[in-house]
Amino acid sequence: METVIDIQHLNKSFGTHEVLKDISFSVNKGEVMTIIGSSGSGKSTLLRCINLLEKPSGGEIIYNGENILDDKHDIPTYRRHLGMVFQQFNLFTNHNVLKNCTVGQIKVLGRSKEEAEKVAMKYLKIVGMDQYINAKPKQLSGGQKQRVAIARALSMEPDVLLFDEPTSALDPEMVGEVLKVMKELAMSGLTMLIVTHEMEFAKEVSDRVVFMDKGIIAEEGSPEQIFNNPQQDRTREFLKRTFKVVY
Amino acid sequence: MSLEWIVKIVSENWQMFLRGAGVTLYISLIGTVVGAIIGLIAGVIRTIPAPEHGVKKWFLLFVNFLLSVYIEFFRGTPMIVQAMVIYYGSALAFGVNIEVMAAALIVVSINTGAYMAEIVRGGIVSVDKGQFEAAQAIGMNHLQTMMNVVLPQVVRNILPATGNQFVINIKDTSVLNVISVSELYFLTKSVAGNNFRYFESFFVACVIYFVMTFAVTRILLYFERRLEGPDNYTMVRGEEMQPAK
Repeated sequence: METVIDIQHLNKSFGTHEVLKDISFSVNKGEVMTIIGSSGSGKSTLLRCINLLEKPSGGEIIYNGENILDDKHDIPTYRRHLGMVFQQFNLFTNHNVLKNCTVGQIKVLGRSKEEAEKVAMKYLKIVGMDQYINAKPKQLSGGQKQRVAIARALSMEPDVLLFDEPTSALDPEMVGEVLKVMKELAMSGLTMLIVTHEMEFAKEVSDRVVFMDKGIIAEEGSPEQIFNNPQQDRTREFLKRTFKVVY
Repeated sequence: MSLEWIVKIVSENWQMFLRGAGVTLYISLIGTVVGAIIGLIAGVIRTIPAPEHGVKKWFLLFVNFLLSVYIEFFRGTPMIVQAMVIYYGSALAFGVNIEVMAAALIVVSINTGAYMAEIVRGGIVSVDKGQFEAAQAIGMNHLQTMMNVVLPQVVRNILPATGNQFVINIKDTSVLNVISVSELYFLTKSVAGNNFRYFESFFVACVIYFVMTFAVTRILLYFERRLEGPDNYTMVRGEEMQPAK
């Protein structure tokens, strides 16, 4: 299987507080990988380290055979190959829906306006937001904003799409529409790395699940293993707590 | 009677007043626009993320140091003194006699620039951090992030403060009379010197200043509302699925 991103011995500290300790794993092409774990376990930090919104304190991130943590590596060039969907959507408030999906293509990828709009429309249709191209972000609901944010990330046609708790800031009735879009994307063979608290969703779409606890990967395996037959006490403990809250 | 004098002064000197008002408006408009541009550039430079080491880091530190010297100096000294220093100092230092108008434009522009730099910095800081992250995440560099995402939001946010600066400039250009710029205050002084009716002459100037500042405030308010954009949007449906121009 082809590896898209290979993470080796990644560390991250905020001051003296070690948030990530010796994290190693790889993301394979076409694979849907979810990261679960309780709040403060380092899931989001790990995701943000992967596209360098946080600078890792140590370790390696191998992309295309090169360690992108080397000084000589141009960060913006690397980032255009990764898509990111944020918890708080972070749509550009000064642009309408269409421009949100084209500005990166035009400025970063150097596509023409016509081509960028064609690509944007294709992905806006996939997320079901093609009717709203003239709307400004403030005129949309949370679920709609997040779907546009997914289309914006897809429009850059990234090698891997990172989701940082994409439904955590949504009202409960809007979670479904976003998860539905993500399920469709997962089936289409897109490489996805998802940090989520939606356990049912993780169980359903993942090829591989990573359980994080206190800054380390406590357990990694197939969804069947993690959810039905967890090997570690910590995983069992976490799942018991989580599902008690849900049901 | 004062009223008769006012009528007489206006009818005899209206061209002088009009010219003075024109020069005042010209200097303050150019000064505000150039000052705002200086402020935006300074804001972009001051928010460049610091490289961790190397020559670039020290160069950036040095540029930032120069910028703060500039800002502190021009905010910390009166414009009336700056006008004297720049107008007479340029002759001494470089052996060039700059025209009064050029000196006036320079003084007002760089003075406004110092204030605008701080206003812009506040404007950039107030933009949600998520906007920067989203722009970076799709691969934009600092300049692209600023030009396409952050500054358009900053400009909208700082418009009220910029208008305020414009109004201040209309009033404060009066200090340029010390280097004989023929703005409204300077010309009013010469009108009054001719007829010895100080109250009446300056009362006319007073009204003109107020009309200018009031008009500018109203115009800027209109632009602010327009920048807010429309409250509605049109849904696009079916066959005519075309991006709006």
